[in-house]
Amino acid sequence: MASTIPWERVRRSASKLTTPLHPDDYLRLLNPLWSARELRGRIEKVVPETEDAATLVIKPGWGWRYDHRPGQYVGIGVQVEGRFQWRSYSVSSPPERKRGTITITVRAMPEGKLSSHLVSGLEPGTIVRLALPDGEFVLPDPPPPRMLFLVGGSGVTPVMAMLRTLDRRGTMPDVVMHYSSPTQERMIFREELEEMERKHDALTLHRLHTDTDGMLQLSDLDTICPDWRERETYACGPSPMLDAITEHYEENDAADRLHLERFSLELGGEGGEGGTITFQNSGKTVEVDGATTVLEAGEEAGIGMPFGCRMGICHTCTLTLISGKVRDLRNGDEYDSPNEPVQTCITAAVGDCKLDI
Amino acid sequence: MAISDVKEYTHLTEDEVDQIGRELDQIRADIEESRGASDAAYIHRMIRIQRGLAAAGRITLLAGTQVKETRKPALALGAGLLGVAKILENMEIGHNVMHGQWDWMNDPEIHSSNWEWDTAQPAEQWKHSHNYIHHQFTNVLGYDNDIGYGILRMAREQKWSPANLGQPVYNALLASLFEWGVALHDLDVERIRKGKKDPKELKRQLRQVVRKGRNQVLKDYVVYPALAGRRWKSVMAANVAANVTRNLWSYMIIFCGHFPDGAVHFTEEEIADESRSEWYLRQILGSANFEGGRLLHILSGSLGFQIEHHLFPDLPSNRYPEISEKVQALTAKYDIPYTTGPLHRQYGQTLRTILKLSLPNSWTSSDQPEPPTPPHDRKRRGDDERPSRRSELGGWSRSSAQARG
Repeated sequence: MASTIPWERVRRSASKLTTPLHPDDYLRLLNPLWSARELRGRIEKVVPETEDAATLVIKPGWGWRYDHRPGQYVGIGVQVEGRFQWRSYSVSSPPERKRGTITITVRAMPEGKLSSHLVSGLEPGTIVRLALPDGEFVLPDPPPPRMLFLVGGSGVTPVMAMLRTLDRRGTMPDVVMHYSSPTQERMIFREELEEMERKHDALTLHRLHTDTDGMLQLSDLDTICPDWRERETYACGPSPMLDAITEHYEENDAADRLHLERFSLELGGEGGEGGTITFQNSGKTVEVDGATTVLEAGEEAGIGMPFGCRMGICHTCTLTLISGKVRDLRNGDEYDSPNEPVQTCITAAVGDCKLDI
Repeated sequence: MAISDVKEYTHLTEDEVDQIGRELDQIRADIEESRGASDAAYIHRMIRIQRGLAAAGRITLLAGTQVKETRKPALALGAGLLGVAKILENMEIGHNVMHGQWDWMNDPEIHSSNWEWDTAQPAEQWKHSHNYIHHQFTNVLGYDNDIGYGILRMAREQKWSPANLGQPVYNALLASLFEWGVALHDLDVERIRKGKKDPKELKRQLRQVVRKGRNQVLKDYVVYPALAGRRWKSVMAANVAANVTRNLWSYMIIFCGHFPDGAVHFTEEEIADESRSEWYLRQILGSANFEGGRLLHILSGSLGFQIEHHLFPDLPSNRYPEISEKVQALTAKYDIPYTTGPLHRQYGQTLRTILKLSLPNSWTSSDQPEPPTPPHDRKRRGDDERPSRRSELGGWSRSSAQARG
């Protein structure tokens, strides 16, 4: 294990000098990246991709392992007006230690204050917080022999990490990619994809500019990619698009070949049952129904709840459940072990429970 | 006189008291609304300065003592830097972070839930004895263990016993060993003596204190002296000096918070049916400020704004000066006493009370405007006998004895 390397041991002995702080608490004052207490990174470059999207090149600090799987996302925490706000974005760079950087590509959403800030408000040199890579929307190793990517808008980013990995390893299988974008100008990675298409005969690209040509009709799949039922399909894009794709694959008995990435909270599972949530430190209690998340309940009660993405991916909101039971609203998983960490933004109470905050 | 009803004492009507509560809530809301980048920059700067001072102090002591010519100035400078670093860490940073003043930044590195401070008392026990017991039950006889810390007789209502004759000595000991007095504070020696403390809980707390205290002692009195090689004695002496400086300073600042003349005590009738507005009033009447420049306030953890701190324990300390102006305008408007004065006078009054109360009441005169209420039983309440906690005091949690094994 990496934890037994001498450097780790040096830092542990040094903590005798810095107790109750860690050596990292001092070292980060010399170089902000010299700390593994909270993962962090420095913005090296902000590369504009389209008029409303940019790629952030981030140099991670100590503790980053460059072991994300192509397609996974990372949490990024940025201080806005003194307060850390968190969002999650797919890593668009392939996992390689020697690069020393990772990239994420962000599209500024209308109404999305944080995404706009990331696209146009970040200066190189800014220190951001990072959360470990996560997500099941990943390129299998070895890759399936025949693949289909269905991509809408900025949903291209996890797919790009997969394509770049396949390109770099020289193992491009038979890939068909459908890419919808409102206009040609707003198509992120347009030139790089063209380049890749020229380089790999096995890669077929199908573009659709939805402002002029309308949305993808799934019945057209038979002409775009006649053998789509036999392909492992990776779809990423806006929710309505993913809903339509799911339905279409289910109707055609191909659902087991479909892999999805959603960037919004999808409350698919059943709700909780509600109950009384007690917040241990303040002794405050709040009555909730089964549809209210623990996070919302805490905020309603005036508790300073930690929060991040509010959709279950960044784990910033995790608190210890002292007693009781909560249910994951996405899939119905239940958590009821004493002192179990739970993500408050996607769980609701099942009966009475108590949280350590 | 211990007060049993703040409304009656301040001659305010129920409506006026409610109005005061609303105005104070508004002051809180205004600050919460305007917290932002400059506040975050303040605490980050404080932390940077404090860690810089600590590192500079340690390095000065280790390097400067190796050469004969620089030894004496290095010792004085190093001990001074280290002492100031410890004072800043304990007061303006540690105390305030643990109150949750900076939790709004959503930064796990500067958060009340996991901050551990550079003193022997474990943060968890501090958050219980201070955030909950002291801030909620401020100056209520029998409830607030900070009235004399179980060692000194600080209110005329507390029964005199011959043991109180030793107060001047206990006071000097408490001041110079303050770190260790604080470390034992949450154990509640008085309840232990009366056999009321849960032995399992006591054992768990003791283990915590020993673990934390051991690391503190090792660092200052073993590891750093050892690194100095042949000069270990000098470094150890400087570390003792730094710790004692911090002890004396924090003792003095903290004693100026509730013991100068004008800060009054309360009986348990007051808290029996106390509204939020009355709780506010009790905080104003039971606390005392002192005056000084910006530097003095920072070095005292902004506790020169004790009244403001007790009204809003979880608002960022750098905002207390502006809060103070608003609170003073409010107390002037409603003719509520607002106790303040220069630091030397506030501490002088405190010291005089300590000395006076070492004697029976009949030998001395009261310095409070009113005659004392009859002696109060000195029974201390346990958590199960107290109302549950208010949220604005900053968090505390008790890891259960079972969970820690």
